[in-house]
Amino acid sequence: MYSWIWRILPGGLPGKLVGSLVLILGVSALLLFVVFPWVEPMLPFNDITVE
Amino acid sequence: MRTDGTGVAGHRSQDLDQQPSAEQPPAVRSGSRHAAYKAPSRRDAAREVKASSGRGAAKTGPRNRGDLVRTAVRGTGQTLITFGLIVLLFVVYELFVTDILTNERQEDLTEELLQNWEDDPTLGPDLPGGGLSTVPLGEGFARIRIPAFGADFVKVVIEGTDPEELQQGPGHYVDSAMPGELGNFALAGHRVGKGSPFLDLDKLMPGDAIVIETAETWFTYVVLGDPATGNFGADPSGIPGQQIVSPQDVEVVFPIPGVDDATVAPTSAYLTLTTCHPKFSAQQRLIIHAILDGPGLPRAEYPDGPPALAGG
Repeated sequence: MYSWIWRILPGGLPGKLVGSLVLILGVSALLLFVVFPWVEPMLPFNDITVE
Repeated sequence: MRTDGTGVAGHRSQDLDQQPSAEQPPAVRSGSRHAAYKAPSRRDAAREVKASSGRGAAKTGPRNRGDLVRTAVRGTGQTLITFGLIVLLFVVYELFVTDILTNERQEDLTEELLQNWEDDPTLGPDLPGGGLSTVPLGEGFARIRIPAFGADFVKVVIEGTDPEELQQGPGHYVDSAMPGELGNFALAGHRVGKGSPFLDLDKLMPGDAIVIETAETWFTYVVLGDPATGNFGADPSGIPGQQIVSPQDVEVVFPIPGVDDATVAPTSAYLTLTTCHPKFSAQQRLIIHAILDGPGLPRAEYPDGPPALAGG
């Protein structure tokens, strides 16, 4: 998968590096601000109330 | 950097142009690439070795069993590494990113709360009477300070104990008393992440002050127990200053902590803090009980806080 992405990234070595960085940041942001906040309430280690 | 694809294509056209390829049996060309690529010059030969050792060679090569196994192993490896990175990122999120988000939210809440208090100094929950709180869910209505956690430990208390409220700060159990009221002013807060308001709750000792600030009043609660010996169970009321309970033990937030009898009216004003225990786990709950120490002090007369804060 990673080698395939590396291969289709355009722009020679600098372009590939910039493209990789953009992809990494994009995926991280998606995980941190969309996926994790959504998935977090379903996980069991955040219950702090008595009920 | 030239991609492997174009490199191979270049070689192929070279082969076709310069070599009498028609004389070569087709089986050799399709079966063994190395034979077909037998290059006319040494420089090309060196390049060819490079290309075949690269990743492109596996892709364009024959799909024999070894290649399939290699692809499967590589795919599995990459998938596992990816999962590992995602889990690692989740830990970073839980421990650091939620802190940042919560602290930002706390700043907004502080601003809102101070503005509310300025607009209407009588606003606030420190009115006598029991029953359900009238504060809308999610609204900040008080501030909690714990001098033992440092002079800068100030958190806005939000109404409600649902995850949406608790990710903004300590939340008030809606059916528990209000600050200063007879009964039990009960709060829940996160232990790790989300600003970690109650991270060090286990370090509170008997006699430590917990100061609640409302629109007009300072309320100072002290953790139950014997300050001299540090024994949490020494209070004559029988209510321990600290206890570790199972998540189902709702009695800890009842008007008289631990007393499951609605007919007994509380005669003291308690404060209860709940968080998870042990850290990073939700197996048990760490509970701190405190009792109101003297009457509430008007903020107008004590702009810098009650004596408990001056010491911290």
